[in-house]
Amino acid sequence: MLRAQHRRRLMAGAISMAALVLQPALALAEQVERSDTNMRVGATDVSHQVYDLHMFSLWICVAIGVIVFGVMFYSIFAHRKSRGAVAAHFHESTKLEIAWTIVPFVILIFMAVPATKTLTDMYDTRDAALDVQITGYQWKWKYSYPKEGVEYFSSLRTPRDEIDNLAPKGENYLLDVDEPLVIPAGKKVRFLVTAADVIHSWWMPDFAVKKDGIPGFINEAWANVPEPGIYRGQCTELCGKDHGFMPIVVRVLPEGEFNTWLASRKEEAVEERALMAQNFTMDQSMERGKGVYEKVCAACHQPNGEGIPGAFPALKGSAIAMGPMEGHIDIIVNGKAGTAMAAFGAQLSEVDLAAVIVYERNAWGNNVGDMLQPIDVANFKKGK
Amino acid sequence: MGADHHGPAKGLTRWLFTTNHKDIGSMYLWFSFAMFLLGGSFALVIRSELFQPGLQLVRPEFFNQMTTMHGLVMVFGAIMPAWVGLANWMVPLMIGAPDMALPRMNNWSFWILPFAFTMLSLTFFMDGGAPNFGWTFYAPLSTTYAPPSVTYFIFAVHLMGMSSIMGSINIIATIMNMRAPGMTYMKMPMFVWTWFITAFLLIAVMPVLAGAVTMMLFDIHFGTSFFSAAGGGDPVLFQHVFWFFGHPEVYIMILPAFGVVSEVLPTFSRKPLFGYSSMVYATASIAFLSFVVWAHHMYTVGMPIAGELFFMYATMLIAVPTGVKVFNWISTMFRGSMTFETPMLFAIAFIILFTIGGLSGVMLSLAPLDFQYQDTYFVVAHFHYVLVQGALFSIYCGVYYWLPKWTGHMYDETLAKTHFWMTFIGVNTAFFPMHFVGLAGMPRRIPDYSLQFADFNMLSSIGAFITGFSQLIFVVVLLKCIKGGKSATDQVWDGAQGLEWTVPSPAPYHTFTIPPQVR
Repeated sequence: MLRAQHRRRLMAGAISMAALVLQPALALAEQVERSDTNMRVGATDVSHQVYDLHMFSLWICVAIGVIVFGVMFYSIFAHRKSRGAVAAHFHESTKLEIAWTIVPFVILIFMAVPATKTLTDMYDTRDAALDVQITGYQWKWKYSYPKEGVEYFSSLRTPRDEIDNLAPKGENYLLDVDEPLVIPAGKKVRFLVTAADVIHSWWMPDFAVKKDGIPGFINEAWANVPEPGIYRGQCTELCGKDHGFMPIVVRVLPEGEFNTWLASRKEEAVEERALMAQNFTMDQSMERGKGVYEKVCAACHQPNGEGIPGAFPALKGSAIAMGPMEGHIDIIVNGKAGTAMAAFGAQLSEVDLAAVIVYERNAWGNNVGDMLQPIDVANFKKGK
Repeated sequence: MGADHHGPAKGLTRWLFTTNHKDIGSMYLWFSFAMFLLGGSFALVIRSELFQPGLQLVRPEFFNQMTTMHGLVMVFGAIMPAWVGLANWMVPLMIGAPDMALPRMNNWSFWILPFAFTMLSLTFFMDGGAPNFGWTFYAPLSTTYAPPSVTYFIFAVHLMGMSSIMGSINIIATIMNMRAPGMTYMKMPMFVWTWFITAFLLIAVMPVLAGAVTMMLFDIHFGTSFFSAAGGGDPVLFQHVFWFFGHPEVYIMILPAFGVVSEVLPTFSRKPLFGYSSMVYATASIAFLSFVVWAHHMYTVGMPIAGELFFMYATMLIAVPTGVKVFNWISTMFRGSMTFETPMLFAIAFIILFTIGGLSGVMLSLAPLDFQYQDTYFVVAHFHYVLVQGALFSIYCGVYYWLPKWTGHMYDETLAKTHFWMTFIGVNTAFFPMHFVGLAGMPRRIPDYSLQFADFNMLSSIGAFITGFSQLIFVVVLLKCIKGGKSATDQVWDGAQGLEWTVPSPAPYHTFTIPPQVR
């Protein structure tokens, strides 16, 4: 355990040196001290506590194993009939039995005390400098900064070809996203974890944070990450077909850079809202709609709109996509109760909703030909 | 014995209508072995896909069906029926009873199972495929988001539950009413004791599982919202109800294992079991504790800290009675006069590997550590160490131990030892590296993984294939032993004690029609 602590300090030292040298370079170092065989030491005080407790209990288990199996192997060697061993007749000893009831109990107390302390720390979500809401979706994450009015989705960036073995796999295969969660270094950040459809679990091993996102409930966790860097994790609760394909990436920025980033995201959000008033042409809507479709809808309904028989209905030639506009807007905005079709009204902007509906009505030979503007979607929502 | 007034009926009707505990025991064991091979073939599909990173053989939606069906078939189809089969065969023989107390119900509780599993397996051919939400079937993935086959899954679970409850009632009735004169509770063999306690666990928790799936059925078809927050329900309620069943369930699978090992070790150590009464009390304590630790499967759902601490301390306590059992087994071996026939090899391997699974269980019990372990391959390694190297090994241990009594022939020791060693190497190659990938961060139930986990996954897959194909050796041993081989004596093993060794080998169709006297 001591050696591990020492190594950890060395590593932490090396990492902060590297961070100094690299500043203010934009490219952040991967803050992973990934072991192939053991738990990660991680990047926060809590994760260090967890790692130490893990090693402590591991060594206790190893010691117990060595003693118990040692006696057993001695006995297997020494008390075998082929060596002429004659069986003794003893079959009880109250003293011994009391001893090996009490000794394990005492060992357990030694493990329970530090575990209780660490758990108490993990549960202390008071006085956070920043709140981030994390919402799990099939199969992506939404990160929002409620006080700042900024929110966006984060989904897998690994190309399909790498998964299907048509292209060589990159370094961060399956662990790369289009838009990572961004948080400031050296600040206590509170994570408010929930989900929109099924249960997901947000796991960042380097922070020792794993919390289930449960639809209808909000769970709390927190991290204070001293070192800027990029940290990677994955969803850890089976959430359907693409459970293995919704990684988590957190980019920890120095406070100043974080503030700049947040300000620019706020501006983008304002610009996005301005698009509401714009009139889109069919080509513009189709182009934007294709992007939205591939990011949001294609996981279930498939890029070719044909769905998966028995699981997810086809949109190509479907009665809804080719029927009255009202019904199409309704199912996209409000979802369909009792099925996997989510209500996208709150997930996507009016601009994206209008675009994706136009796209679905006019792609793959669904040539309905009608148009829908963001303002129409907004009016539909108000009418509800 | 005066027991030969009539033998078994002829033909298929013998098996359809039999009320004989030996026939029914054999059918349970054959059925469970068939399910073991089926569930094992699902495991091989999983391990083939995970042999390398990337998607090669199956799509993610089918992969999820494989993990789900592997779990369901192994738990409800392979391990549990194997134990009921052993109980059917051995409990009457060990307590000196002529048969089970409720022989017709015994027939029914077996014959439900083939129908339940046929229905479950046929869901593969439905639109949307078989259940794909994991054997723990968490709502709402298993309700709102489930394929249509979930309804058939629910009915299959109900049938399995009925079968288990009836089987348990039968075992309890037999043990309480049909022990030979002189056999007090504290003279019962350990296997009988552990099954007695297991049967109570089953009666207590199978209705809870039935309740959980019934609530699912209502949520899916009748518009209720037990597990949907949108309608005022709670998805976490599902997990509480499920694990209130699920935790005792894992002891249901392991307590009879403790019994088998407690029979086999004294025989081959030629020395009585150390601390018989503390073994009984330890088993009862483990069974009691199993009812108050369920939420340790749910440390990450966001319970209040008081709840986390309660379940953490309660879970850690289980280590105490479990430790007592392991220490008692080793003391049984200590200063014995040991020989190492196949049942003994399985028993010793059980103690070592089950203890490894138990120790990783202690680590998992610590809530702050569990945040790093939960739903990773570390958990997969842990429960396979207790359920494969634990439950499965002890089932093999029991089968080899009693096989000569059933068939009247000694099995081929060399071939059986080959089976043991191949299986031993296979399972450890498959499951030990899972500790490493789990700690390094690989989540469970994923069809594809990042590159850092590639080497150990390949190793695991190789181990799984060694394990899988080694079971064919067992088929050969079994068939050879049924057809012929050296005749077994009544006592079979020179250190064997107990009533089952007083009847001839093979055990006649009817035994103990006149109760033996136990002193």
